[in-house]
Amino acid sequence: MRKPLSEEKITALHGAGGELMNRLVAELRELFPLRAAGEVGLDDLDDGASLSLPQGEVVVTTDSHVVKPLSFPGGDIGKLAASGTVNDLAVMGARPVAMTLGLIIEEGFPISELKKFLSSLAEVLREVGAALVTGDTKVMGKGEMDGLVMNTTGIGVAERIIRDSGLRPGDKIIITGPVGDHGMAVLAAREGIPVEGEIKSDVSPIWPLVERALSIGGVTAMKDPTRGGLAAALNEMARKSGVGITVREEEIPVRPEVRGLAELLGISPLNLACEGRAVIGVSPDRAEAVLSALREHPLGRDARIIGEAIPEHRGKVVLETRVGGRRYLEMPLGDPLPRIC
Amino acid sequence: MTAVTDPFRLRDPARAEKLARTLRRLAPGRTVKLVHVCGTHEAAIAEHGLRSLLPEGVEVYEGPGCPVCVTSTADINVAVKLALEKDVVLCTFGDMLRVPGSELTLEEARAQGADVRVVLSAADAVRIARENPRKEVVFFAVGFETTAPATAAVLLGSPPHNFSVLCSHKLIPPALEALLRENTAVEGFLAPGHVSVIIGADAYRELARKHRIPVVVGGFEPLDVLYAVALLLKQLRDGRAEVENAYPRAVRPEGNPKAKELMGRAFEVVDAVWRGIGTIPTSGLGIREELSRFDARKKFGVEAGVGMEEPPGCRCPEVIMAKAVPTDCPLFGTACTPLSPVGPCMVGAEGACAIWYKYGERPRL
Repeated sequence: MRKPLSEEKITALHGAGGELMNRLVAELRELFPLRAAGEVGLDDLDDGASLSLPQGEVVVTTDSHVVKPLSFPGGDIGKLAASGTVNDLAVMGARPVAMTLGLIIEEGFPISELKKFLSSLAEVLREVGAALVTGDTKVMGKGEMDGLVMNTTGIGVAERIIRDSGLRPGDKIIITGPVGDHGMAVLAAREGIPVEGEIKSDVSPIWPLVERALSIGGVTAMKDPTRGGLAAALNEMARKSGVGITVREEEIPVRPEVRGLAELLGISPLNLACEGRAVIGVSPDRAEAVLSALREHPLGRDARIIGEAIPEHRGKVVLETRVGGRRYLEMPLGDPLPRIC
Repeated sequence: MTAVTDPFRLRDPARAEKLARTLRRLAPGRTVKLVHVCGTHEAAIAEHGLRSLLPEGVEVYEGPGCPVCVTSTADINVAVKLALEKDVVLCTFGDMLRVPGSELTLEEARAQGADVRVVLSAADAVRIARENPRKEVVFFAVGFETTAPATAAVLLGSPPHNFSVLCSHKLIPPALEALLRENTAVEGFLAPGHVSVIIGADAYRELARKHRIPVVVGGFEPLDVLYAVALLLKQLRDGRAEVENAYPRAVRPEGNPKAKELMGRAFEVVDAVWRGIGTIPTSGLGIREELSRFDARKKFGVEAGVGMEEPPGCRCPEVIMAKAVPTDCPLFGTACTPLSPVGPCMVGAEGACAIWYKYGERPRL
């Protein structure tokens, strides 16, 4: 017998707070192994969740995820939503503890797809040991939106807060892996650009990596180079820290396929978003040790010291180009593409 | 991933270092002003920070190398007028939409209801004309010898009766000559690779001889540019004034005869107004009498109109004349940015100001 429509596609009733929604939520929550981080959690379906947090500074971050297409090589909106949230906590030095999830779904959206995306999201939370503690589901009419939007809030706890403004002259600048993979993967998938040797998004939770760096010590500043890519992240760090930054193009890891396609499209890979990388400022005496620790983790295999903070050129980033020239690496006007995260 | 492998041999650091050493040996020990006339050259110089590799005193300016930037306001006014008053579909390259005319940009005309469309080529505009047989479709043709052959091919290829061209094509060699008259400090030209593919390296011989000025045709990779500059400095050191081809993998002495033949059949050489420079004799292309039914100016009876000066404070004319670099302009990066450009050099993607802004270029970092 054919299933009723409501079991295959999202209908207006799924967001209407009644029995149909309860059934959907009950089914979806099974995907999450960790559903509480305190007395009241997801299973309680109460008006909110409560948290029992370990000692330290509590960090909160929020983000909406509107990526198009919803699936792309290397990930999907679920993995992106969870990673993006966890990573914002991580680069502030916070261990991710809990996350909330608001879903806005277009009427007619396949439930199987929704489950797939939530499974990816759940997998990330499992990896970092964070709980999904509460959520919300809304349905909008067909054509009133584009498929699926996720909103997340992440809660983490830091022993010591790391800011993006903490660079001091002399600090080494580390990037934890090749840049531009995410932006280019989404662009290629969206525009249907045939790519020789697939370009995969780097989307992944970087807390395990960051945790290693923090355990070595000497970390003075961190930022995840998302929208606007490495160029935006470095400029922000330079401005906020009141230092200059000099980086060597030759040292900045860019996959050849990303570089090639970027060249073809007239986009700088340094302006393309990453979703699984961190820019880390480390005091010079600890830089090599932090680098070694990062490289022991699969996500940090290609980590590199790309430059250092300097007292001159305050608020600016100087790029030493591959051919030995120098120029400012400017803050991009905006990300070259919309809807990448 | 190991050390980033460089797929581009012409960006090889070791070769670059060698060239930089050569350049240092050629240091003239005085100020030498060189001019190229190509947005792609400027982008290569800025993106790779090449100015910082040149010997002390060697200055490189873009000059009138951005076709969008040198399109006269009078021509833009005509395009705006056609789009707004003659109910035509006005097709042109994307950069042209935001260049200020006397009153309106084409983008603003579009906001007022004009049908202005972005195309990638003259052939795209012809396709639009075929698809809209009841509408008049005008292609606003700008560009140097690089794009003119494509417009010529379209004009000679029996386009539909509802298609016409507002021709604003310009020629590089007369502009170089005009520049020398206005700016006597210029001591050498890095000639544009793309244009030279069409017109050939020999096209500069007369200029080099008459004005005793070195001309080197250069490619667009960083090492191409550095090599071309080294050849220019060598000529200056040796007191030579010759045409040299540092881009032989693309440019032949005679250029592309087929493209030149097409241009000759479709166009005649006319005087043209260059924004920032003024009228330069025999520096433009007009549509030949035999093809005048496709000449939008004649078809719609619109006059050239009057141009205008740049807004107060804007130093685009000096940038175009190689008398100033973008950062010399007080508006650069403050009142004038790619998001809200004041002058044409910040609008066109090939304009010096837009390129300097994008790549954080400075006279010497």
